[in-house]
This record gives sequence, structure tokens and C-alpha cells, in this order.
Amino acid sequence: MISLKKKRMLTDKIFKVIFLIFISLGLVVLAALIYDIVSKGIIMLDWEFFTRFDSRFPAKAGIKAGLFGTIYVIGLMIPITFFVGTATAIYLEEYAPKNKLTDLIKLNIANLAGIPSIIYGMLGLGVFVRYLNMGRSVLAGALTLSLLVLPVVIVSAQEALRSVPNSLRNASYALGANHWHTVYKVVLPSALPSILTGFILAISRAIGETAPLIMMGALTFVMFTPQGIMDSFTVIPIQIFNWTSLPKAEFELVAASGSLLLLILLFILNGLATFIRYRYSRK
Amino acid sequence: MRKVTTLFFVFALLVMAVFPAGAAAQELKGTIKIDGSSTVYPITQAMAEEFSYEYPRVRVTVGVSGTGGGFAKFNVGETDLSDASREIKKSEAEIAAENGIEFTKFIVGYDGITVAVNPENNWANDMTVEELKMVWEPNSSVETWSDIRDEWPDEEIDLYGPGADSGTFDYFTEVINGKSGASRSDFTASEDDNVLVRGISGNKYALGYFGYAYYEENSDSLKAVAVNGVLPNRETIASNKYTPLARPLFVYAKNSAVQRPEVEAFLKFYFENAPEIVPQTGYAPLPSYEEALAKVEKLAK
Repeated sequence: MISLKKKRMLTDKIFKVIFLIFISLGLVVLAALIYDIVSKGIIMLDWEFFTRFDSRFPAKAGIKAGLFGTIYVIGLMIPITFFVGTATAIYLEEYAPKNKLTDLIKLNIANLAGIPSIIYGMLGLGVFVRYLNMGRSVLAGALTLSLLVLPVVIVSAQEALRSVPNSLRNASYALGANHWHTVYKVVLPSALPSILTGFILAISRAIGETAPLIMMGALTFVMFTPQGIMDSFTVIPIQIFNWTSLPKAEFELVAASGSLLLLILLFILNGLATFIRYRYSRK
Repeated sequence: MRKVTTLFFVFALLVMAVFPAGAAAQELKGTIKIDGSSTVYPITQAMAEEFSYEYPRVRVTVGVSGTGGGFAKFNVGETDLSDASREIKKSEAEIAAENGIEFTKFIVGYDGITVAVNPENNWANDMTVEELKMVWEPNSSVETWSDIRDEWPDEEIDLYGPGADSGTFDYFTEVINGKSGASRSDFTASEDDNVLVRGISGNKYALGYFGYAYYEENSDSLKAVAVNGVLPNRETIASNKYTPLARPLFVYAKNSAVQRPEVEAFLKFYFENAPEIVPQTGYAPLPSYEEALAKVEKLAK
């Protein structure tokens, strides 16, 4: 009897240690990565790094074009993705008839989330840049990235809407509210924190994307910031990618500074997601 | 909920607002679109940078899609100039012709494809073109260094080279293996030359090839192999002693684009400053750019 208990406790301990090893494996790699980027990136990171354009001299190279490009593209992508994504999720969860077709659409959206990002770049090049004649513009880039993250946004918004208890909906109907009122006043507000969290995490992913934007034709070397949504542009990850491939070894440090900036942007966004979730769910 | 919606709308409007371009005194303005080879990129980037200081209202954009990728855009009229580390292929020129695009070729400088090994490699100092062909030809039987020369170590050879979209790959396979694109395929291929540099500098038994600029910047962690007795350096590349691996680098210009004053000004700037800037980027300049300048002059008329 006692030995059986001991055995069970031993198994328990063994698994605890195994799990601990695995999580520390991930944490050690993460810490090494962050240490590497910070220790190298801090060397070249000064105010001028933000105010200068790219240069062939590592000491003079700056991220201004990429920073503004990223702000423009992501800034334009946010409203597009939020409205299209949330609206799609609302339709699928609240309005769509429950039949085979709806199921098929839902299944396909979930599958789209797993498609490699470069495929979206090719789609963007074919549809937005060439067919719709938008050129290699901020707008085409924002739409391409929107397509890339929409499946993730839709799926997470669907989950959020599904988690709203039906009793809330029924209560609203019982008080005489119509369908839209119920969705807008009752379902959406209680699902919003989860929708926003999923949404912001999807935006974080889009900020780090390089491949689809290179594919659809974002540029490498620009000495100006976009003046409008039809202007050409570059983004932070493309600049980092380019710096790592240049012959001068010092560009590795410049690339590290760019990575550090990207990392900081991502931390801010993730922090925002946590903050929103915390704030809205307390209400 | 409403607050969030309004916030998003305001944000969207802010971003979509088209800021009017500030009025400046510089009379020349416009956009010059360039794309193409990563080998030529350092030269064109340097020119675009210097040009932008002189003509701040002209927007020069440079992409890096590789020589082939650059021509794919150039031939449908999406770019004005195309960087290339090899000449345009017949099939590519045909597409340009179909789209009514006439173009002119300019040589901007010389590169010497450098065959490099690890600095600890103390046996391979000189290789012949035939030996290089033995190593790189399709279905090559060379597995170890001793397969090349009997006195070399019986150790497996680790090969590094550029990917198939690269003009360097096209040129090397053409002059060494006799046919552009014909190569053994069991080597570490990367479009990023720094990956090749890192691979070779970390492996005693490695061998690889890439543009001279990458060797020059990393000469303390690499060793160049002389080809047919000639080591690559700026002098042997410019004087064409480093044959057959010294090769010209090109910029292709769309003729109709050169008629635009900003493109004409950029090309003139390019060739007037080439003798000074090309060496800074790790390549060898032409002895004279007079011919190129005359061509620009003629096209702009």
C-alpha cells in the first residue's frame, strides 16, 4: 500500500522534472537570443538611428524609412483587418444558417491560417499590385498583410463570440431587443477583450513578416518616407534582412539594432494586449 | 464599444490622410525605380544615396530581387533601371520586346568571382579551371579533397555556392562548367553570401565561391584560391588578368525612361562618380566611363 503511494509520488516527481527541463530549455534559448540581440543592438542604437535613412556606411545607416513604412502599413492594416475580421466572425457565429456550407466556410478559414506567408505575397503581387493596378504601394502591402492575418483574426473572434453564454443573448431577446441590438449591445461588448487580444497578437505577427512583402515588391533601399497610401515603401524586417546580407561585417550590428527596435515594438503591442484584456475583463 | 470604434476610425483617417509634399526649391523631381542583382546592389545603393543628397526631390528606390527577378520586373515595364550581374538572356529580351521595351546595356564595373577556402586549409593555394570543373560539374564524382589531387587530404569536401536565382551562379557555371545553370546540386546554396562566408570560415574542409566584395570584407576569416595561377585582387580583376572569373557588372536602362530628366541626371551622376565610388564598394571600376556617358547623352536626346 505504502509502496504504491510512493511509486505514484515518484512518477509525479519525475514528470514535474521533465516538464521543468522542457520549459527551461525554451527559456534558456529565449534568454540567449534576447541577450545576443540586446548586447549587439545597443551599440549602434542612438537617436540618429531613428532619424536617418539607410546608408552604405554602417555608422550612418538608420531605420527611418523602415519605421515609417511599418507604421503606415500596419496603421492601414489595423482598421481593414479589424472591421473585416470582426464582421466575418459575427456573421459566421450569429447570423449564418447552421448548414454544410457554413461549416465548409469555417473549415476553410481555419485551414487558411496555416498557409505559408509567401503564398499570400504571391497573391498580393498578382491581385493587388498587378490586376488591381495598385503598384508596389503601402495600400497593396497593407491589403496583403490583412489577407495574411485575417484567418487568425476571424478564428479568434469566432472563439470569443462562442464563449459568450447563450443566457445573455436570451435575456436580451426577452427584453424585446432585436438580433442586431443583441449582438451590438450584449454579445460584442462581452466578447471584445478576447477579440482584441487575438487581434493584437495577429498584428504582432504581421509586423515581423518579411517574405510576403518582399514577394509583393516592397523595396529595399528608399531615402524617403511614404507620403500617401499609394507610395512605395520598405518595412523594418526587410531592412534587417538586407543588412544581414551585406558584405560589411559592421552591418550585423546595425541589423541587431533593427531587431532590437522590432522586439521593443512587439513587447509594446503584447503589453497592450495584456492591458486591454485585464482592463475590460474587470468591468 | 463605441469608443473603440471611433478610435479606430480616427486612426484610420489619420493614416489615410495624404500629407502634401513640402515645397522645396530643387527643380528636378520624379521617381526612379531600380531593381535586380544583389551583387550590383552595393554600387547602385551608393549612387542612389549620394544622388539623393544632391537631388533631394528625386526619389530613387532600389530593390534586390536578384538578376533574374529584376529582369522579370524590368521586362514588363515596372522598373526604369535593372541591376544585373550577367547579360540579359535571349528569353528575357524576347519578353521585353513583346512588351515594347527597348533597353540599353551599361557596364558599371568588374567583379571577380572568388573561390575561397578556410584559412586553415594549407594545401589548396592554386586550382586550375579544369579542377574547378571536376568539383562543380553536374554528377561530379569528387567527394574528398584527394579526389582532386592525390596529395591533398582524404577528407570530405564541403561545398558552398550561391542559389540558382543568382547571376553569380549563372556566370560561374557558364565559364567553369560550360553551360549556364549546369552544376552539381549537392552543395549548401544560399542567396545570402554571408551564409556562404560563415560556412566556409567555420569549416576546415570547405570550398565555395561568391563575389569579390564578400571576400575582401572577410579576408581575415577566408583564404582565396588562385585560379590558373592568378589571385583575385582589384588590379588583376580590373586588368582582366583574373580570367575567366572576372566578369562585368551591368545596369540596364529602359530607353524611354532615360528621356526623363531625372533618370538622365541619375545615369550621368552614376558614371561621373563611378571611378570614385565603385572601388569603395569592393569592385573594380572601368578605366573610363566616357563611352557610357556618351550613350546616356545620345539616349536622352
